[in-house]
Amino acid sequence: MNGHLYLWLIPALPFAGFLLNGIFGARLPKRLVTVIALLAPLGSFAVVLNAGATVYLYVSRCSLCGPPNYGWSILPLVESYGAWISAGFLHIDVSFVLDQLSLVMLLVVTGVGLLIHIYSVGYMADDRGYWRYFSYLNLFLFFMTVLVLAGNALVMFVGWEGVGLASYLLIGFWFQKTTAADAGKKAFVVNRIGDFGFLIGIFLLLSTFGTLTFTEIGARLAATPSMQGGVVTAIALCLLLGATGKSAQLPLYVWLPDAMEGPTPVSALIHAATMVTAGVYMIARTHTIYDHSPFALLIVAIVGAATALFAATIALVQTDIKRVLAYSTISQLGYMFLACGVAAYSAGIFHLMTHAFFKALLFLAAGSVIHGLGGEQDLRKMGGLRKHMPITFWTMTIAVFTIAGCPFLAAFYSKDAILFAAYQQGTSGKIFWLIGWLTAGLTAFYMFRLWYLAFQGESRAGLHGEDDSAFVHARSDTKLTLEDEHHHTPHESPRSMLAPLVILAVLSVIGGWIGAGRFAAFLAPAVGTKTAEAANTGLEWTLTGLAVSVAFIGWFVAHRLYRNYAGREPLEAASLPYNVLSHKYWVEEIYGALIVKPILAFSRFVLEMLVDFAILGGLAWLLAGTASFGGALLQRWQSGNLRSYAAWLAAGAAALLLFALVPWTTVLANVGIHLNTTGH
Amino acid sequence: MIPASWYLLLSAALFSIGVIGFLIKRNLITVFMSIELMLNGVNLSFVTFAHQWHLVKGQIFVFFVMVVAAAEAAVGLAIIIAIFRTRATLAVDRIDLMKL
Repeated sequence: MNGHLYLWLIPALPFAGFLLNGIFGARLPKRLVTVIALLAPLGSFAVVLNAGATVYLYVSRCSLCGPPNYGWSILPLVESYGAWISAGFLHIDVSFVLDQLSLVMLLVVTGVGLLIHIYSVGYMADDRGYWRYFSYLNLFLFFMTVLVLAGNALVMFVGWEGVGLASYLLIGFWFQKTTAADAGKKAFVVNRIGDFGFLIGIFLLLSTFGTLTFTEIGARLAATPSMQGGVVTAIALCLLLGATGKSAQLPLYVWLPDAMEGPTPVSALIHAATMVTAGVYMIARTHTIYDHSPFALLIVAIVGAATALFAATIALVQTDIKRVLAYSTISQLGYMFLACGVAAYSAGIFHLMTHAFFKALLFLAAGSVIHGLGGEQDLRKMGGLRKHMPITFWTMTIAVFTIAGCPFLAAFYSKDAILFAAYQQGTSGKIFWLIGWLTAGLTAFYMFRLWYLAFQGESRAGLHGEDDSAFVHARSDTKLTLEDEHHHTPHESPRSMLAPLVILAVLSVIGGWIGAGRFAAFLAPAVGTKTAEAANTGLEWTLTGLAVSVAFIGWFVAHRLYRNYAGREPLEAASLPYNVLSHKYWVEEIYGALIVKPILAFSRFVLEMLVDFAILGGLAWLLAGTASFGGALLQRWQSGNLRSYAAWLAAGAAALLLFALVPWTTVLANVGIHLNTTGH
Repeated sequence: MIPASWYLLLSAALFSIGVIGFLIKRNLITVFMSIELMLNGVNLSFVTFAHQWHLVKGQIFVFFVMVVAAAEAAVGLAIIIAIFRTRATLAVDRIDLMKL
């Protein structure tokens, strides 16, 4: 069985694509670049499907493994590719693990990744950096699959850092734009803080358990149930810091909204569907640690709930279509953290999966809108797109209804699973449920606000003309032909962009039909079952009813306020809250004043005063001073005066004579000094 | 037979007069002549030793020194004339630059 799954091919194919397109892309014909770029995720997806099918078929063929529905019990399968580090007690293998968790995640990553690659062919068609874009995208897929497949924390860390790199490269893809380059830097720096936590967590794991392999850590913890709190909590909190960085949770969420400077398919793939969910995945992967630390779990839940509500409120007043979706992503990731925090990991992963479908769809549809409007992202200047972009409109509508929690669509199942799990978690759980419930209402409101502003009513394209042209100019160097040809007439996108939209729309509808219960049962061997799964159907239906009704209230309010939008923001009437929200709680300003400015001032001081002035300057002055002082001394010899030269010459000759003629050893011996000479 | 030490004393006296002249005289011509004096002092000691030990090497060496001294005198006097033409002085203290 082992070794026949070819797990190594899953990251290897995108890496090959990255190398081919990265090295030769500039000289290859565009068609070939496209083929290489698409074959990589397609091949990975096929290998994942093959691995899943192989495992499934193996089980049903094997007579010794018990009844067929005992099924996936041969998982987890570990494929090891030799030792990486072997020093003393420390043995770290390069190992990949396939279990239910990584299988689900791989399907999402490679499946959605494939769709977004296809979409990108249309979206980036006119970009000069076409080959560069696809090599980065393949690089991302390589690192992401390494992260998912990792059998130990160090391999995961490699993937973790790698996706950060790919994210940086793709956010700053249009690096000629200062904002994009800065956003890339910001994402990288903020993620460093989280990565620091992750790294400390790895070291603590190593010193506590002497191993980084997830299964061994789980076994060790299972063998010692008394191991609670203390160092386990410390590990869990360090890993949580890493997760908040990568998954854009409070307090490290600030990089994600700025990351929207990247191309929209990148936002869909990296900053909505896959990479930002790595934190959730990591917590689910290390759930054995969290299970042993109720305090850390509580912190996870608090971070998740607070982020969900916080980001949703900011999303209410955003005017940039991608930023609404960015804050929505942060908010939805908060839901997933909340699920993990109440130990309902399978619900979190379930929402991760459905979110990957509908949020990728939302971003791709938004990208289609932006593409159709020639680079316009401001909701206030959209409107009436329903007529011009029917397929985009309908797929977006499905996505909006899904994320709002409309019954029988994907997020309805996953979000309710989370809220239900939270509600069952004692008193604190009730508060978490309330926050989640409130967030659901806000989510429905801001999504329908976006929907009304973008697609309904009349077109407002000419309303703020001057801003618009400035924006187009800012991007015109990268997307040359687009603006010039199509600026004033919105148009539907090419078929390569619409096909992924339709597929994702279908997935957004049916993605949740498996049901939270069956999904949890499937994942149970990998992430454990939640203990209090008391099937209180009456309570569940009540909670579902409440969640759906709050979603419809959100829709209704949005309908009343934005149906007849004409360029004036109705929420401005409540001026104080509107101000607070439109300034995003001044978090950026506070971070800037409290953290960025002091660090900047300190590092400036170190650089300019200590390093530049004191060390480098001092060294330069020392060298120059020695040279000039020595020169000033020696200069006196070189007077040019013949008689002084003659005097030195005579003095030197005299000294030589003195040295040669006087029997020094005898003279010194006479005054009591004996030189240790071996000559006689 | 005059003992060798007398020759050597004369040689040393000549050389020392040359050195002193070389150090204290300010006229370039006189300095030049002092150098010749030193060379001849040395020559004298060469010849003395050659005679003392009955070796011909010292005498041959003297011929070499005389040839080189002649060449040196020719070049040196040429330089002195060139300097005098441009500077109109032969005071060594005022000739302290590497260029004319």
